[in-house]
Amino acid sequence: MNDYAPLSFKVPEPPVRPGDEPDFSDFEVPKAGTVRKPGIDSDAHDIKDLATTMIRVLNREGDPVGPWAEDIDKDLLLHGLRSMLRTRAFDERMMTLQRQGKTSFYMKCTGEEAIAIGHQLALSPGDMNFPTYRQQGLLLCQDYPVIDMICQILSNARDPLHGRQLPVLYSSKKHGFFTISGNLGTQYIHAVGWAMASAIKGDTKIASAWIGDGSTAENDFHAALVNASVYQPPVVLNIVNNQWAISSFQGIAGGDQATFAERALGYGIPSLRVDGNDFMAVHAVSRWAIERARRNLGPTMIEWVTYRVAPHSTSDDPSKYRPREESEAWPLGDPVLRFKNYLIQAGLWSEERHLQAEAEFDEEMRVSAKEAESYGVMGGGSSARDIFEDVYKEMPPHLLAQRQKMGV
Amino acid sequence: MVQMTMIEAIRSAMDVTMERDEDVVVFGEDVGYFGGVFRCTAGLQKKYGASRVFDSPINESGIVGAGIGMAVYGLRPCIEVQFADYIYPAYDQIVSEAARIRYRSAGDFTAPITIRSPVGGGIFGGQTHSQSPEALFTHVSGLKTIVPSTPYDAKGLLIAAIEDDDPVIFLEPKRLYNGPFDGHHDRPAQNWTTHPLGNVPEGHYALPIGKAAIRREGSAVSIITYGTMCFVAETAVQETGIDAEIIDLRTLLPLDIETIAASVKKTGRCMVLHEATLTSGFGAELSAQIQEQCFYSLEVPIERVTGWDTPYPHAQEWQYFPGPERVGRALKDLVEAA
Repeated sequence: MNDYAPLSFKVPEPPVRPGDEPDFSDFEVPKAGTVRKPGIDSDAHDIKDLATTMIRVLNREGDPVGPWAEDIDKDLLLHGLRSMLRTRAFDERMMTLQRQGKTSFYMKCTGEEAIAIGHQLALSPGDMNFPTYRQQGLLLCQDYPVIDMICQILSNARDPLHGRQLPVLYSSKKHGFFTISGNLGTQYIHAVGWAMASAIKGDTKIASAWIGDGSTAENDFHAALVNASVYQPPVVLNIVNNQWAISSFQGIAGGDQATFAERALGYGIPSLRVDGNDFMAVHAVSRWAIERARRNLGPTMIEWVTYRVAPHSTSDDPSKYRPREESEAWPLGDPVLRFKNYLIQAGLWSEERHLQAEAEFDEEMRVSAKEAESYGVMGGGSSARDIFEDVYKEMPPHLLAQRQKMGV
Repeated sequence: MVQMTMIEAIRSAMDVTMERDEDVVVFGEDVGYFGGVFRCTAGLQKKYGASRVFDSPINESGIVGAGIGMAVYGLRPCIEVQFADYIYPAYDQIVSEAARIRYRSAGDFTAPITIRSPVGGGIFGGQTHSQSPEALFTHVSGLKTIVPSTPYDAKGLLIAAIEDDDPVIFLEPKRLYNGPFDGHHDRPAQNWTTHPLGNVPEGHYALPIGKAAIRREGSAVSIITYGTMCFVAETAVQETGIDAEIIDLRTLLPLDIETIAASVKKTGRCMVLHEATLTSGFGAELSAQIQEQCFYSLEVPIERVTGWDTPYPHAQEWQYFPGPERVGRALKDLVEAA
C-alpha cells in the first residue's frame, strides 16, 4: 500500500474550439515602446527578460514609440508595405489557380507578411536564408521573377526546379533563399553549418534560419541550438510562432510551459520575443540581431509572435479545429493595416495610393499568372527526362540504363 | 611508397586533401585534439588548426546537418560518425537532405560532403559497435557508397570521395584498420605493415569511384564481396583449395556490374558474401542484378553467405560472423552442385 493518488495524464488543449467564442484573455500584450533595447554585445544572461515579454513599436494610434522605434529610410518603408501588398495579391492569385485546378497545392502566409519582408530588408546581398514554406515574402520583396514562382507552382515547362518539387518549395541561391525541404526543421541546422563555414572562411556573410512553432519540437531544432551555442556562428534563429501547426495549437509543441524564445536561454543564446505583426518592430529587431551576427558577437534567437490567418494549406480546413472568428479576434491585428495606418499618419502614404497599389499588384499577378499558364499547368510541359538529371553531377550507368528503358 | 595501416592511409588522405584545398574541413566526435577514437584524425588539428579540424557535440544529425550547411556554403566537409551504429539519428539529414539537395534545387545548391564511419564486427563490440548498414545507403538515390578493404584503396578512394561533388558515404571496416583479417580470430593478427596492399603512396592519388578490383583470379566460382569479407574469402579459398575468383566491389554504388558479370559469366557459379544481415541486404541487390545479367551462364543458383538476420550478438560474435568455415562449406556446395 502507498499513499499516492493515481497519476493522471495531461494533453494540452487550446482555450477554445469551433463553436466557442475566441478567447485570448491569457495572451499578454505589453504596451508598445515599453521594452528596453540593450546593446548588441549584451550577454544572454543579462537580457533574459526579452524572451518573455514582447517587443512592440507601433502603438494603437499607429505611432512608432519606444527605444526600438528607429529612423528607417522612407523608401525602405514604402517598399516594405508594397511588398506586403504584393505578397497578399500573389497569395490570392495562387489560391485562384488552385481552385481552378491549375495547381495541386498552395500555402498562403496571410497575417505573417511583415515578418519575412521586414527581416529580408535588413539582410545584405550574399546573406543566406534557410526558409520554411511560409516565407514567400523573402522572394517577393526582392527582384526574383514572380513568373518563375508561378511556373514552379504550376510545375510547367519553365519551372526552374523542373517539376521535381511540391508547389511553393522554391530555391534561389542568387536571392539568398535555400532550397526548401518538406521535411520540417532540417534546414535549421543547415543555417548554423552555413554560418559556421562563413566564420571558418573569415567571411562577413550571415545566415538566417527559419522554423515554425510546431517544428521547434524537431530534433534538428535542438541540434541547431547546441551547435550555435558551442561555435557562436553568425546566425539569426527565427521562430515564426503563428499559433497553429496544421490542427495542433502551440501548446502541443510545449508553448504553454514556456515561450519559444526561452528555449534559447538554456543554451546561453540571447533571445527576443517580438510582435510579428508590427513591421517596425520586425525590422528593428532583425537589424539588431543581424548586426550582432555580422560583428562576430554570435547567434540570436527571435520568436516572432503572429497568427496563421490562412489554412495550413489548400488541403486544410481550420474550421474543423478552431473558431472561424479567431483570426479576427487576434490581439495583434493585421500587419498590413497597422503598417498602412502608420505610413498614412507619417504622411508617406494615403488611402488612395493604397487602393492603387492593391489594384497594381492584383493586375501584375493576373498578367503573370496568365503568362505562366501558357507554359503549362498541373505538371503540363514538364519533361520525363528531368526525372533522371541532377540526381548526381554525372549520371551513373544505372541511371543511364533506366532512362533508356523509359525511352526518353 | 610507404607501409601504412588503413588508419594511417585514411589520415593521409585527409592530410593530403586538406593541404591542397583550404575548403576541406574535418569534424566529428573526439576527432579534434584527441584525434579520434580510432586515431584516424590524429595530428590533423595540430597541423591545420581548430577551425579546420574540431570536436563536435554528440549529435549525429547535427554533425551531418551542419556539414551539409557548410557544403552548401562551398566547403568540402569530411565528417566522422564515430560508429556506423550511431548514424541512424543522422539518417533523415542524409536521406532527405544531403542526397536530395542537388535534385530538388535543380543544381542551384549542392552538398559535396563525405561521411566517414567505421562498420562491421569482429572487435567484440556488441550490437552497437558492429553493424554494417550499407544497404540503408545504397537504397537511397543521390548517394555514393564506398567500402574499401585495403590501405591503398582507402586512401585513393577517400581522396576521390572528398573531391567528389556529390555526397559520399565512406564506410571503413574497422576490423581491417590494423591488418587484413583472415577470419580466424584465434590466430595471431597480421598487420598492414607487412602486407603488399599496405604499401601506399605518400602523396595525392585518387582511385575511380565505381570500379571493382579482382583480388584473385579463378575459374571455378565467383565470390562477389567487399570489406572485411574479402580476406575471409581468401582464407576459405586457401583452406578448400577451390579455384575461386574474388571480386572486391570497393564501391557499392555506383556498382561495377560489368566486372561482376564478366566474372560470373566466366565461372558460371556465384557466391555473394557480406557481413551484414541477409534479408534486403546489399547481397539481394547483387543477386538480382547478377541474375538479370548472367541468367543463361549460371549453372547453379546464386548462394548468399551473410550475417544472420539477428542483431549483432556480443558473446556469440564468432557464431554470427560468416567466417572461413561457413564460406568454405558454401564454396564446396557451389562447386559440387550439378
